[in-house]
Amino acid sequence: MAANTVLNYLPRKSMVHELTGTTKLAFFLLFTFASMITYDTRVLIGLMVISFAAFRVSHIKLREVRFMLVFMLVFLILNDVFIYLFNPEQGVEIYGTRHVIATLFWRYTITWEQLFYTFNISLKYFVALPIAILFISATNPSEFAASLNKIGVSYRVGYSVSIALRYIPDIQRDYHSISQAQQARGVELGKKEKLLARMKNSVNILLPLILSSLARIDTISNAMELRGFGKKSKRTWYVQRPFSRNDYLVLAFGVLILVLSLVITFWDGNRFYNPFV
Amino acid sequence: MNTPIISFRDFTFQYRAQARPTLYNINLDIYPGEKILIAGPSGSGKSTLASCVNGLIPFSYPGESTGQLFVDGMEAKKESIFQLSKSVGTVLQDPDGQFIGLTVAEDIAFALENDCVPQAEMHTATKRAAALVDVENHLGYAPHELSGGQKQRVSLAGVMVDDVKILLFDEPLANLDPAAGKQTIELIDRIQKETDTTVLIIEHRLEDVLWRSVDRIVLMDEGRIAADLRPDELLSGDLLTRTGIREPLYLTALKYAGVDVTPEKKPAHPETLVLDEKDQELVRSWFHSVQAPPPPAAQAPLLEVRGLNFGYTKDRTTLRDISFSIRKGEMVSIVGRNGAGKSTLSKLICGFETPDSGSVFLDGRDISDDNIRTRARRIGYVMQNPNQMISKTMIFDEVALGLVQSGLKPDEVRARVEDTLKICGLYPFRNWPVSALSFGQKKRVTIASVLALGPEIIILDEPTAGQDFRHYTEIMEFLRDLNAQGVTVLMITHDMHLMLEYTPRALVFSSGSLIADKSAAEVLCDSDLVERAALKETSLFTLATRCGIEPPEQFVQRFIDYDREVREHGC
Amino acid sequence: MKNSSIKTVVAVGIGAALFFVLGRFVAIPSGIPNTNISLQYAILGMLAAMYGPVAGGLIGLIGHTLIDLSWGGSPWWSWVIASTFVGIIVGLFAKKLALNEGDFGGKKIALFAIVNVIANVIAWIVIAPSLDVLIYAEPVAKVFSQGVFAAIANSLTAVIVGALLVAAYSKTIAKKGSLDKE
Repeated sequence: MAANTVLNYLPRKSMVHELTGTTKLAFFLLFTFASMITYDTRVLIGLMVISFAAFRVSHIKLREVRFMLVFMLVFLILNDVFIYLFNPEQGVEIYGTRHVIATLFWRYTITWEQLFYTFNISLKYFVALPIAILFISATNPSEFAASLNKIGVSYRVGYSVSIALRYIPDIQRDYHSISQAQQARGVELGKKEKLLARMKNSVNILLPLILSSLARIDTISNAMELRGFGKKSKRTWYVQRPFSRNDYLVLAFGVLILVLSLVITFWDGNRFYNPFV
Repeated sequence: MNTPIISFRDFTFQYRAQARPTLYNINLDIYPGEKILIAGPSGSGKSTLASCVNGLIPFSYPGESTGQLFVDGMEAKKESIFQLSKSVGTVLQDPDGQFIGLTVAEDIAFALENDCVPQAEMHTATKRAAALVDVENHLGYAPHELSGGQKQRVSLAGVMVDDVKILLFDEPLANLDPAAGKQTIELIDRIQKETDTTVLIIEHRLEDVLWRSVDRIVLMDEGRIAADLRPDELLSGDLLTRTGIREPLYLTALKYAGVDVTPEKKPAHPETLVLDEKDQELVRSWFHSVQAPPPPAAQAPLLEVRGLNFGYTKDRTTLRDISFSIRKGEMVSIVGRNGAGKSTLSKLICGFETPDSGSVFLDGRDISDDNIRTRARRIGYVMQNPNQMISKTMIFDEVALGLVQSGLKPDEVRARVEDTLKICGLYPFRNWPVSALSFGQKKRVTIASVLALGPEIIILDEPTAGQDFRHYTEIMEFLRDLNAQGVTVLMITHDMHLMLEYTPRALVFSSGSLIADKSAAEVLCDSDLVERAALKETSLFTLATRCGIEPPEQFVQRFIDYDREVREHGC
Repeated sequence: MKNSSIKTVVAVGIGAALFFVLGRFVAIPSGIPNTNISLQYAILGMLAAMYGPVAGGLIGLIGHTLIDLSWGGSPWWSWVIASTFVGIIVGLFAKKLALNEGDFGGKKIALFAIVNVIANVIAWIVIAPSLDVLIYAEPVAKVFSQGVFAAIANSLTAVIVGALLVAAYSKTIAKKGSLDKE
């Protein structure tokens, strides 16, 4: 459960959950890559439809992931605002025309191009968001390592990920108790202290945390070594599941999405879909 | 007899970073199917001996060895650690460090995964091993959903999947509550009988291991084998006491009473010990001859907890309606199984967490509104692991930290730190780096750093966990001195000896409630309470009952008082 | 040596867990509204200097990816790559710094500080913003301002907190062959 709470795994019966972790990981990467490259509005809308459909199929309720949605929404709005503050003409530069709607003050005018650009960049987040949430909420963390290994990452690296997920709750608890004990001695990290003092104070918490973590690294390595980790060039995985028909279909679909979106996006030699010319 | 499965021949070993060997000239044969206890104080070389058998030496801890060591027909230093681990399964001391998998099943299957065992076979083998140690219903559980005892079972299953011939337990009792420790010893016994493995248990808590029979006890001292005897023989002599291992309490009691303990009396277990009418009479007359000391004068209450309720999440209460009061100058232990709410209670008292309802009074004043730092000046808290508390590299700086942060002038800080260091017996080390200290000394530094702020109460979480008898005595005598100087001491502990010997009063917790508040001797003679709070009856209780002494808790109390006299004045 | 490779696997796992916990749950206000000091870059610098470029890079990669995933979005790859880069660059100097030998003198402190500053400057002022422009077509002025701020904050953290940590750590290491019973 601990690792589940780190990444908010929500187990249940659904088509998405039944896919192997490997498929979900691969699809997630293919899809993310497609949505990163393209800026073509039509492609983005197409991707969004797929992404929302997948979310529905997963039987995960919106309220279960509300925290993530709210967080990303706030992040998105802030980012849009920052973009506008730094360069209100970014849209104009990209699309090459300038249709002014209103002038606010100084250099801050509102143009159709800027609105369209903001719409597109927001779309880009929204496309990726459901798939990302699905990837972490519908994949058993136990499958991460095996999946990474299956798509070609060394099993040692895969196992590092597994160890990270395993020990995050322990380290979080250590951090918490160390910082409480230090607070009792007057070591504060809050606003009462000056910045430099805060940084120096943080050393008082980090040092015990690091030293106990280094000791932990020794124990874990010994335990792993005693049980034969790394003796062969391969290893099998307890949680790995065999590929079913759906896995192959989803993977093929993922590749198709990437290829199609690349083709449509770059057909006219431009990453952007331009409705202004 | 058949050929030994483990054989040390003139074996000497020296760690690379050490100036002297840790093991000298070891000659030891262990035969298939034997169950051996390797006992010894810390630093005696018993863990090093174990690391030589499982291959961590020399693979993880480099060093030089001479002589020979054969394990299951292999010469250890010529084999790889992987080869050795096919024959030797090791259960380490730290239950979290060796639980590597995200779930129980994955952790048990770990060795099979590394061996590229096909999945179907792996699933069967994992289930079989899980059933062997009774965790088959927890296969999907994550480590933090398990108790310490269950984690240890998983680790045991994780080495049993490999059909090892030798099982090695490195201080299996160190992190468990007394009841879980008892179950572990029972489990080891059962597994050994069912699978006919050879078992080596490294442990200094002799009495607890002897809950089930062992074939031999190998006593280590200063890197050499001091004795290699059957338990009955070893327990009859005084070798244990001389090497700093605590002998079982009932035997000490018998010796005080003047009973001659011989191997023929079968002293290894209090239940089966042969006690004739004459011996029992000796024990009874000793009991009647010891005078109870006068009870100490009652002081005013210092710390009062009234109706405390708390839960980390809304739907789960960790503490329910806790009320008690601690008088000035008391020394009290807080006991109960892991997760009963003992640590949470101390966090609430120190202000690390805020109670849902109820309050804490200090000297009659409600301190609910005081923050962590204000409370810390009057209530000190010492964590279990000193390494998690020490944040400076020099002893002086560590003890001074709290004072410096409170903005005291440098010369005042110096004066107070030096005073504290003198009280704690650390003054000669004041300019040493912390890293040069032993675990026990580090513990003392953390206590000093808390004392420097001048608290009236200190709360210690497991002050003696993992300490051998000598270090245990050192720490506890130090705390007793502090207590004599007027500091009130509360201790969270799993150690039944500590509770009996040092704290006249015990608060017993069970699943979030305070279920008893009485003398430690009474607690440990109450079988119902012992069971509910996952404690362990003291062997003195068994002895008292067997000699027909009523009430047994009075016998226990007399023993503790008398033992203290003996240890203080050496008569 | 076999053993050191297992140790690296574990160090990467635990390092990434530390990076995650500090980056995800520990917020030290920096004085500028809505921005925090990222203590994880002090730990990254230290662990990279101890375990080398591969471990350093992986700690940054895994730790940062997990943080982004836990917030619910897909990882912000441009910044994830920048974190990875910091780990690799600092890790390249692991042999020179030789922290495991103890004795972290003035010269080594200077080297540690310079390496960390260089790594962070390149990561946050060159790599992260360029990728942001390339992938997300964000305004150059915006991404570079963010990058400059991150470079300053993370360099300061790595140099002040990281160096203090490393100095303290190196004092805890016993010199070879110097231990004897007291």
